[in-house]
Amino acid sequence: MVLTIVEHDDGELDDVSLQALALARDVAEQTGESLDAVAFGPGADAVAEAAGAHGVETLHTVEDDALADYAPEAYGRAVVQCAEELGTEAVIAPGTDRGAETLSHAAAKLDEPMAAEVTDVEVGEAYELTRQRWGGTLIEHSKLTADTNLLTVAANEVSPSETGGDAAAVEPFAPDVDDGDLRVQLTDIEQSDVEGVPLGEARVVVSGGRGTDGDFSELEALVERVPNAALGSSRAAVNEGWRPHDDQIGQTGAKIAPEIYIPAGISGAVQHMVGCKGAENILAINTDPEAAIIQKADYAVIADLHEVAPAIAEELEARGHAE
Amino acid sequence: MEILTAIKRVPETGAKVSLTDDKRDIDTTSLGFTFSPHEECAVEESVQLVEEHGGNVTVLTLGPEDATEQLRSSIAMGADDGILLDGGDEEWGPVGTASAIAEAVEGSDTGYDLLLFGNESADAANHQVGVRVAEQLGLPCVTGIKDLEVADGTATAKREIPGGSEVYEIDLPAVITVKEGLNEPRYPSMRAKMQARKASVDQQSPEPRAEGLELVELEVPETDDSPAEILGESSEAAEDVVDVLEELEVV
Amino acid sequence: MTQLTSDSRDIYREFDTFTNSGGIEVARTDERMEELKRRVVSAKSFGEDAELLTPEEVEELVPYVNTDIIKGGFYSKGAGTCDPLRAGELYRQQAKEKGALSTAANTEVLDMHVEGGEIQAVETDKGTVEADEVIIAAGLWSPKIADMAGVDIPLTPAVHQMVSVGPIDRFEEGPEGEINYPVIRDMDTQMYERQHGNDIEVGSYEHRPILWDVEDVPSIEESPLSPTQPPLTEDAFEQSMEHALEIIPDLLDDPSAGVRHSIDGLLSVTPDGHPLLGPIPEVDGLWSCAAIWIKEAPAIAREVSKWMTQGHPDIDIVAHDHVARFDEYGETNEFVKSRAHEGYQKIYGIVHPREQWQSTRPLRTSAFYNRQEDLDAEFFEAGGWERPRWYESNADLVDKYEDQIEDLQRPNEWDSRWWSDIILGEHLHLRNNVGMVGDTGFGIFDIIGSDAEENMERLCVARMDIDVDDAVYTPILAPNAGFVADLTVARLGENHYRVITGGAHAGQDRTWFGNHLEGDAELIGRSSELCTLGVWGPNAEALMDSISEEPMTADSFDFAEMKDVTINGVSAKALRISYVGEFGWEIYAPMDRGQRLWDTIYEAGQEHDIRPVGTGVYGETGRMEKSYRLMGAELEIDYNPAEAGLTFHGVKDADFIGKEAYAAAIDEENTATLCTLSVTDHTPDGGEPRFMTGGEPVLDQDGNVLIDDEGRRSYVTSAGTGPSVGKHLLLSYLPQEYANEGEQLQVEYFGQQYPVEVEVAGNGGVFDPENDRLFRNEY
Repeated sequence: MVLTIVEHDDGELDDVSLQALALARDVAEQTGESLDAVAFGPGADAVAEAAGAHGVETLHTVEDDALADYAPEAYGRAVVQCAEELGTEAVIAPGTDRGAETLSHAAAKLDEPMAAEVTDVEVGEAYELTRQRWGGTLIEHSKLTADTNLLTVAANEVSPSETGGDAAAVEPFAPDVDDGDLRVQLTDIEQSDVEGVPLGEARVVVSGGRGTDGDFSELEALVERVPNAALGSSRAAVNEGWRPHDDQIGQTGAKIAPEIYIPAGISGAVQHMVGCKGAENILAINTDPEAAIIQKADYAVIADLHEVAPAIAEELEARGHAE
Repeated sequence: MEILTAIKRVPETGAKVSLTDDKRDIDTTSLGFTFSPHEECAVEESVQLVEEHGGNVTVLTLGPEDATEQLRSSIAMGADDGILLDGGDEEWGPVGTASAIAEAVEGSDTGYDLLLFGNESADAANHQVGVRVAEQLGLPCVTGIKDLEVADGTATAKREIPGGSEVYEIDLPAVITVKEGLNEPRYPSMRAKMQARKASVDQQSPEPRAEGLELVELEVPETDDSPAEILGESSEAAEDVVDVLEELEVV
Repeated sequence: MTQLTSDSRDIYREFDTFTNSGGIEVARTDERMEELKRRVVSAKSFGEDAELLTPEEVEELVPYVNTDIIKGGFYSKGAGTCDPLRAGELYRQQAKEKGALSTAANTEVLDMHVEGGEIQAVETDKGTVEADEVIIAAGLWSPKIADMAGVDIPLTPAVHQMVSVGPIDRFEEGPEGEINYPVIRDMDTQMYERQHGNDIEVGSYEHRPILWDVEDVPSIEESPLSPTQPPLTEDAFEQSMEHALEIIPDLLDDPSAGVRHSIDGLLSVTPDGHPLLGPIPEVDGLWSCAAIWIKEAPAIAREVSKWMTQGHPDIDIVAHDHVARFDEYGETNEFVKSRAHEGYQKIYGIVHPREQWQSTRPLRTSAFYNRQEDLDAEFFEAGGWERPRWYESNADLVDKYEDQIEDLQRPNEWDSRWWSDIILGEHLHLRNNVGMVGDTGFGIFDIIGSDAEENMERLCVARMDIDVDDAVYTPILAPNAGFVADLTVARLGENHYRVITGGAHAGQDRTWFGNHLEGDAELIGRSSELCTLGVWGPNAEALMDSISEEPMTADSFDFAEMKDVTINGVSAKALRISYVGEFGWEIYAPMDRGQRLWDTIYEAGQEHDIRPVGTGVYGETGRMEKSYRLMGAELEIDYNPAEAGLTFHGVKDADFIGKEAYAAAIDEENTATLCTLSVTDHTPDGGEPRFMTGGEPVLDQDGNVLIDDEGRRSYVTSAGTGPSVGKHLLLSYLPQEYANEGEQLQVEYFGQQYPVEVEVAGNGGVFDPENDRLFRNEY
């Protein structure tokens, strides 16, 4: 059996979990094993339908009150117990903070290796993996040899695929966790006081770099005119103190996957590009036709962003696209 | 408080990397070395915590002897001591790395209150060394932290999620892995850099462990370098831009 | 500051990319303070506003300098910093607007197509561009592209370390982006400290030389910053950090400031530190414009453009910056690297004008080398050749001629560095008796073909329809009548000329001839096949006639005649000519028989107490007494033969390059004339007597630098002692109104003014002005 850890928001599976399920199903098919999933927290059984539609046969739900709030070590313990009880070939987690954290705990407890950021698995004598290094600028081919194969799936690299299957069978699972496993547990969630659409969820991301010279007002105005749009920035702009770090797109900042990404005055260093490679389209605004970003973009405007951004906003208004 | 901060020496790459002939490593002939932005923040955070609460920062790395350079960079940022776990020129996997670090902590006379790691190394990105160290030492652990405060033996750590952050309370001693954005790492002063060059670094030779994950070879992914469609060279291109946005149905 | 630097500054200023911050070179030692005095004088001769500062005055201008450790400074008000990237952008923009330029960015050169010694095309990853003129201006990648064409551009990438520290509170208080403080050059530590926005940039040339191979320089894509900004080699910078903390502790210990940026910047370093400009030997239409400092770049670009379009630059970048100067010897990796390594350490160093290179020597040795070594020769290098400057074995001559030498001794250490009074002894012995001079390291090449004469006529000022076996000294001019070369041409046959030129200019001259040949005329190099031995002095005739199978006498040998001679089994050619003003010959022998020739003359000469004589006499004392001109010193592109006093050929009927301008220059009144001056008082204010080395400004009695109507400043082009006339002699172009015999002027040296007198205006020597000795007239 191939067990996939899935994350959900009150019963709704998140994108990266769906991606993890796609890779897990591939592994299950290659090994001739069934595909199961485990979900935690209140409303976990609500994901049965979506999980089934993505090939999951059985959904193991952990709805223990003590584990209602996320607790990395306890979740890791639960995964270990679930895997051991079911006799698992592989455990696959989404490439999220929680996914990697939970699986790391499980790996340590099982004394097994774990491979992170995996994008492809060929099952032979061992698992022949393709995984990402350097935020995806380098690909690693490696072999995983383990009794239980533990993998996290790189975010936004594998496309989810539906089988159209029926809802997964739900089987509650009651792990045996002690207080020690609950030493670390989510105590609170703070809402960000920043308004607007989070970068990771926006359909349109406009961002500025060194070329803004610190003036983001036109870009802000443009973002306000587009629904579901968010404003980001390059690392250079953050380093200059022009934008908060939360806005940073790149290897060590946010990874975005919008319909269109509009970098303005950003040269396009590779560390930036790995943050926006999930974008469907890139439209670069830059005065330098030789900038690396132009090579990477689908569309480009070779002009000063301080002139182009207001012009786009005006054109949007003229065509009646007011937010 | 006593803080141990772990860092990893990695090459400073450009937009394109070249591989060595055996394809098992990056060709670093013309490259410099650094440590990941996450770890820079870990060092900065540990220095700030000690500035606030008193104590010592020990910075540790597992790597080749040349990784002493990164220890010195950390000392120039304000760390007090350095420990090199001399791992030779071969890259170590996360199992052996975590085990060696845990053993170094266990073998140390210092009772560390806090072990700080980067969330993942810039190069290998295994996302697990901090957790494994915590498990081996029996310490609580939280990862991916972008905000950290310590008071009365408890750390309040925050992890970013869309639209806000998760808050964790964690009793010390503990392991915490952090991400860039936690703070603004300082640039060391020239005098500090010079003094760091003279600082002594403790050196240990850990034993490697078997890794279940074995590197076969690396590959540089192909990139699409097809030229962009130039919509214009002035603000008059705005019309075409809006056409594109309309076509994508995002406005 | 040279003309190129000041012109460049003007161009940067026109583009609004220059910030006039001023610059201060500070001295930590007394020796450096002396050097700064010398540099103030040198700056003056280029018309630069320069003054010496006390530590207190330095502090007033730059309050953060630690004045406890400095002796003073040299202040250039006009210095500053420029934005070369922006300037380049504006250049491109202007050229594009004029429709004169198209660019292909991000395009890789894959190959250079050369056929029949001519450039044809440049092959790139985006297509092949045909062109009959191609300029390689690829910075430190230039050698790589040159190699594709099968030629050499001898330079190596070398590291210049730089770190940037900020933000500095003091700078933040000033207007944003402004540069408010002069650049500090901490000369004794080979470092500079320069404000850049809110940062202070600390640059160093002090660290151990770190040379790169161009093959190791990463591509743009592989570089985190830029290919020429690899990361700092920390351990090499350690000492520089200490020195920086000594000189500007207040800034560097600013609590808000840290090291924000640090690099091993890559420079292009050449074997002699000069740029590599102009036509590349061997391939017609291929040019080099490489190894240029930013401070000179716009003017050099302009001059190279002129060179390509009008056939010559207007500022002399031919003599010292021509890419061809390393032709035939200086292109190997070992040579380039070892010289770059050595030269790197001279940046900001106190370099004596006569200082010699030490690495990769000896490289070119003639057949006489072993014998000369046995005689304790002190070798100087020219064109890669080892040439004895003087011989320690001649030390006895100093005693012998003590009376004539006594007043010309140089007690000052600087004046006597790379110099010996033995030179004066050798000089007097040659004039009294006989001396043998060799090897002179000449560049020798033949022009052969049915169109040889036509070609030679077109290139030379002198008539070339000379008889076989005759030779002639001739200027070679650019279209503006400026000097390209001066050399000796001998006619060996109807269709065969031999060109003999100074070793240091062999490559340049070969390239000039090679690029201008038309029709059936081939250039064949001979420099490494032939050695040259000069025998001159009152006893030269008796000596040579006694050992030559053919008569070698004044009667049998006309002046400027070149004939075959046989000396003890060695077949050679002898040319009756002299650069020291004495009767005698230059004898050209095959290199393999050179040592036998030397031995024969040396042994037979013992009867006359013949002495080997170095280039200290040949190139300096002997020639200065005769006021013979030297290419690259007196003769350069912006002076014409009328001004140089070399119009004795008149204007021949045949057309030649520069004829029109040359004829006009003869007709017109000179703006300036080359004069020979002598120092009339070496101790005007007491103290030890001083002897100028060249480069000093010439002043009127009131202390003002002389400037001619074309704006050219008078300075000493050559300096050398004349022991036979008992005077220290100087050559200098003087404005016409001062070019009069007996005119009293001054020369400034190390901040002191010395009275000088014009001895000769125009052509003519101070010693034996009638040339009785040369022509073997009764004397």
